[in-house]
Amino acid sequence: MSVEEHRFKGPIRGQILFAIVFLAASVWLLSQLGAETKWVKRTKFFAQPRFWPAVAVSGMVLFGGLHLWKLPRKRMVKPDFVEWKIWFFGIEWVLWFLAYVWIVPLLGYLPTTVIFVPLMAWRIGYRDRRWMAISVGFAVAVVLLFKTFLHVKIPGGAVYEYLPSGLRSFFLLYL
Amino acid sequence: MDTLLAAFSILDRWDVFLALLVGSIGGVLIGAIPGVGPAVAIAILLPATFSMDPIVGLTVLLGIYGSSMYGGSIPAILINTPGTAVNALTTYDGFPMTTRGEARRALSLAYSSSFFGGIFSVICLVLFAPVLAKVAPMFGSREIFLAALLGIILVVVAHRGQSLIAAALACFGILLNTVGLEPVKYSKRYTFEQSWLSSGVDLIVVVLGLFALSQAFYLLQGEDEKIRTTKLRGGLFQGLRELGRHPRVAGVSASFGVVMGMIPGVGEFTAQFLSYTYARRTSKRPEDFGNGSSEGLIAAETANNAVPAAAMVPLLALGIPGEALTAMMLSVFYVHNVVPGPQLFQNDMPFVVALYLALLILNVLVLIFLLFATNGLIKVVKIPNRFLGVGILTLSFVGVYSLRNSFTDCLIAACFGIFGFVLKRLSLPAVPIVLGMVLGGIMEVKLRAGMARVKQPWDFIDRPIAFILFVMILGVLALHIRYVLLERRAAKEEEWSAKKTSTGFGMQMFRRRSFLSEERGKRVREKRSKYSPRSTGPRSRH
Repeated sequence: MSVEEHRFKGPIRGQILFAIVFLAASVWLLSQLGAETKWVKRTKFFAQPRFWPAVAVSGMVLFGGLHLWKLPRKRMVKPDFVEWKIWFFGIEWVLWFLAYVWIVPLLGYLPTTVIFVPLMAWRIGYRDRRWMAISVGFAVAVVLLFKTFLHVKIPGGAVYEYLPSGLRSFFLLYL
Repeated sequence: MDTLLAAFSILDRWDVFLALLVGSIGGVLIGAIPGVGPAVAIAILLPATFSMDPIVGLTVLLGIYGSSMYGGSIPAILINTPGTAVNALTTYDGFPMTTRGEARRALSLAYSSSFFGGIFSVICLVLFAPVLAKVAPMFGSREIFLAALLGIILVVVAHRGQSLIAAALACFGILLNTVGLEPVKYSKRYTFEQSWLSSGVDLIVVVLGLFALSQAFYLLQGEDEKIRTTKLRGGLFQGLRELGRHPRVAGVSASFGVVMGMIPGVGEFTAQFLSYTYARRTSKRPEDFGNGSSEGLIAAETANNAVPAAAMVPLLALGIPGEALTAMMLSVFYVHNVVPGPQLFQNDMPFVVALYLALLILNVLVLIFLLFATNGLIKVVKIPNRFLGVGILTLSFVGVYSLRNSFTDCLIAACFGIFGFVLKRLSLPAVPIVLGMVLGGIMEVKLRAGMARVKQPWDFIDRPIAFILFVMILGVLALHIRYVLLERRAAKEEEWSAKKTSTGFGMQMFRRRSFLSEERGKRVREKRSKYSPRSTGPRSRH
């Protein structure tokens, strides 16, 4: 390991891809500055709608470029590819989250959470009865705390419409 | 005295007391679980506090902010893993004490020091509030712009060794703030003709993505750690007596915490570093530092707990948050149309004092809770990381979805979540993005207002406070450039010292001559091979 790599703060693996993508995105945003912002006549320079976006994207390009230039290692090696794979696999959790968001308005907050939490616990390897019970308990507690007691704005599920009228309003309001 | 009574009357409500209780106990629990931290908890709870009264909502968040560091010292001392990032220095002396069988003493000392730091800073600030009330109105648009600029520069330079990427990320934050419809000229900026971008990027969505969802992804993608904890026996009161034997270290560390907390962008780490360095330099036994020194533990814990109250000063007096947690709290003010800044200090001083008193009561509640409940609390340290990830993911949904019941918000938060996950994997800071968003907005508004009456550039800094801030900006930049140059020199020296070959003048000249003759030899051989190619070798076979 070179002295530069030794003095670098944080892991070096994966830095190069991040720096390249960040710089490329910044350059692209800078190229869109003219199209995406306006220069208004009879308006002072500092009050122009374009002023702050220009400062921001120029800063991104300048500092992003300098960061890339000062990286201790600018070639890609095996640990970089391993790191990118980890980033890619992270998308699985995004999909879990989005699926949860998508299902709540259909099934309702309580039923979705009671299914979702144990299912995720199962997925990550907590499959015995104890963890399943803890997962269900946690799911119920979250719904009771936020929806029932704190009245956080989460809409009732579409399936609640099929419930009998008394039960329906209770479910829509509290679960 | 009237202000104090008015402040007490603001706090004299059952829901405020409940908020204090929930905030303090919740904060300790969150701090005690490595991998959660106050930023995640505050981000998740933000939307839930919008429906509460400003004082109730802010008390819950302040409670979490102020008490998480108490809880964070538990895993730092017992398992060498800081519960919150600011407890990292506590592990230096706390864990060695545990290994020699003094866990109870270390915990007791950490609680006592934290309590002293918290109480000291609140008392300082309550006494300091009348002065602040006089100084704050001197801050006009130009001064607030310069203070925000100073804050953003300090945030960037505070990330030593990462200041370039911190600056780039702060600029990214400023850009995010500009997205959407510009409020004065009504022109669209970086919306790419997408209707969902017209209203801009919501700060809370970004915060939830960068802090809560990214942490959930990070924990889920990681591995569970095997944790062994120590069973504590006996009381935890001895730390108060031991703290009394080191009044100088405790007093100086708390003062560092107060001063550093008031400067935007500096915060706990610098305060801790300064106090720890001071304590080691002035100690009779400096060799004990890092090996279980009680003074080291006092310095670290007192300094970090003195910061939260002080960090509220730039937020309340100028409307400028100095770090991610106070930036999140700013949104609670905005939601309730309470505009923090000089006017708040002038017109609503009891509200400000009430917040400080809430912090004072909170410290007492936390200390009482910890003195009696530490043994039970140790169990939360054992919650597996990946299961915590599931919990944070579930709770993040409440935070994002309850804002506007929008799938798009959740999608944006998920994108920022994966971006934050990458930043975490690379140990890059996410805080500059949030502060860039908040301070960028403040700078845009204040620069526009400040430049309206400026004819020449010099006019911008012709008022005393503006001039002082300008000099401070130049000073910070000069100090940072000096630091970069010194670092460069140190790196070169390290490089030279790491070389196995001699660095003497004669040897260098010899190497240079060898290199040149070798290069010349290469050129001559190349020239000869061009005019008289070899008769054997790969080319001659064809």
